[in-house]
Amino acid sequence: MGNFVDPFLHNGFMQRALFAGILVSLTCAIVGTYVVLRGMAFIGDALAHGVLPGVAGAIILGLPAMLGAAVGAAVMVGGVGFITARSKLSNDTAIGLLFIGLLALGVVLVSSSNKLTGDLESILFGQFLGVANTDLLAQALALLVVLVVSVFSARPFLLLCFDGDLTRAMGYKAQWYHRLMLLLIAGTVVVSFQTVGSLLVFGMLLAPAGVGALLAKRIGTMMMWAAVIGIVSTYLGLLASYHFSWAAGASVVLTAVAIFFVVLTGVSLKKSVQGVRA
Amino acid sequence: MSETAVVARRLSVGYGSRAVLSGVEAFLKPGGSTALVGSNGSGKSTLLKTLAGLLPVVEGGLEILGRPVGESSQRVAYLSQFHQSGFVLPLRAIDVVRMGRFDQRSRFARRSRADDVIVSESMELLKVLELADRPLRDLSGGQQQRVYLAQVLARRSDLLLLDEPTAGLDAPGRAAYIDALNFERSRGAAIVTATHDVGEASMCDRVLLLAGRVIADGPPNVVMTPENLLETFGIGLTKVGDQLVVTEHHHDH
Repeated sequence: MGNFVDPFLHNGFMQRALFAGILVSLTCAIVGTYVVLRGMAFIGDALAHGVLPGVAGAIILGLPAMLGAAVGAAVMVGGVGFITARSKLSNDTAIGLLFIGLLALGVVLVSSSNKLTGDLESILFGQFLGVANTDLLAQALALLVVLVVSVFSARPFLLLCFDGDLTRAMGYKAQWYHRLMLLLIAGTVVVSFQTVGSLLVFGMLLAPAGVGALLAKRIGTMMMWAAVIGIVSTYLGLLASYHFSWAAGASVVLTAVAIFFVVLTGVSLKKSVQGVRA
Repeated sequence: MSETAVVARRLSVGYGSRAVLSGVEAFLKPGGSTALVGSNGSGKSTLLKTLAGLLPVVEGGLEILGRPVGESSQRVAYLSQFHQSGFVLPLRAIDVVRMGRFDQRSRFARRSRADDVIVSESMELLKVLELADRPLRDLSGGQQQRVYLAQVLARRSDLLLLDEPTAGLDAPGRAAYIDALNFERSRGAAIVTATHDVGEASMCDRVLLLAGRVIADGPPNVVMTPENLLETFGIGLTKVGDQLVVTEHHHDH
């Protein structure tokens, strides 16, 4: 039992990491549910990568990394809107262009500055075990904002997942709520990248919510499943990281993705057995 | 409801400034029903979307329930031809029907007893009450369509705009749909349907035959002549009972 609990009892950095992971899990459970249900995985992935040049630029200029991430996310969201409004290109093409463009810019910035040599890994994979109290505060604030917005917009968000035309026909400003949803995804990525990293935050958005989609019959239940899976993944991932010296952020996300495949296999087997019985 | 449900004058509908259907004159009273009949691309779904406020009017005048289009959304129910994510969304059938009541109460008001009664009545009319707790994604296409129709009914609207409402419905499903329609008309709701189904169109007070313009407009037995149907569909058709029978092939309008 000691091996499962002691690392968290006797190490402040592990306690902070667990707390940060729980906050990230709860935020990603809510936002990730909408990402999965609305098929917005690609824009989520693009945002997760698109923050790289912003963060790199901020570090070079001596500004807060989170500010740079926010600028990167804003350029991504604004750029997609700009391209689709001024051309007949699809959303996917616009996202792809900006995704790869911003990623390339990030790599150019990183490769051209000596200041960033040690920071690249922490940008991409986070600093789970080096979370500061200010990061925890920012993450808690992000969770609060996501909660308030989700409660306030519960009906139009659900309608948007169901049918965009119906949302508009019922008098809701569908485009406005779509942008609000994008803002939530961007905000989650920006705030969470310090903990799990810009690459891995996407995994926390998708994998737990994916498990929720497999198991739940209702959206509220899906969010709860996603939160539980996220928290369990955080705990198991951090434990593995502590005992086997694995990278903490990657261990957490790997656990979440592994749980997804275990649940998927279980659900498929259950369906097969039910099919044979029927 | 005392005001006219739909008034359209020299209406053109389409996308941007490009009209796909022009010259629509319409006047629909409470309790009345109109069928929009035409082949694919004739403009019937575009007209329905414009009536629902989803597309801007290209040209002409349009009033819905006595107000400019788009300003009466709470009193209008719209059934889309396609639904985005019925298979992924973790929703039970009853959750989908309850969505029809979303804008009928204030933002933070909880579901009332009256909401629950209306939802149950609507599901009962469409014969889907026994499916209430089943996940939407586990239902057949026809069952899903009946759930979507129950959602439309649950709005208790004054104007129903239905795009291919009988798509995927079997005979009992169609019978339930007809009962539901009669119920809606009896309480004064006006109905506009876009359909390929001649049987369904025959039940309406009025039929608009469409092919980029209005080919004919009037009671079904007057309008659905072989000549008008030839002009509408581009092939020779005649109405036999509830069916259209092909009499000659002709591709030029």
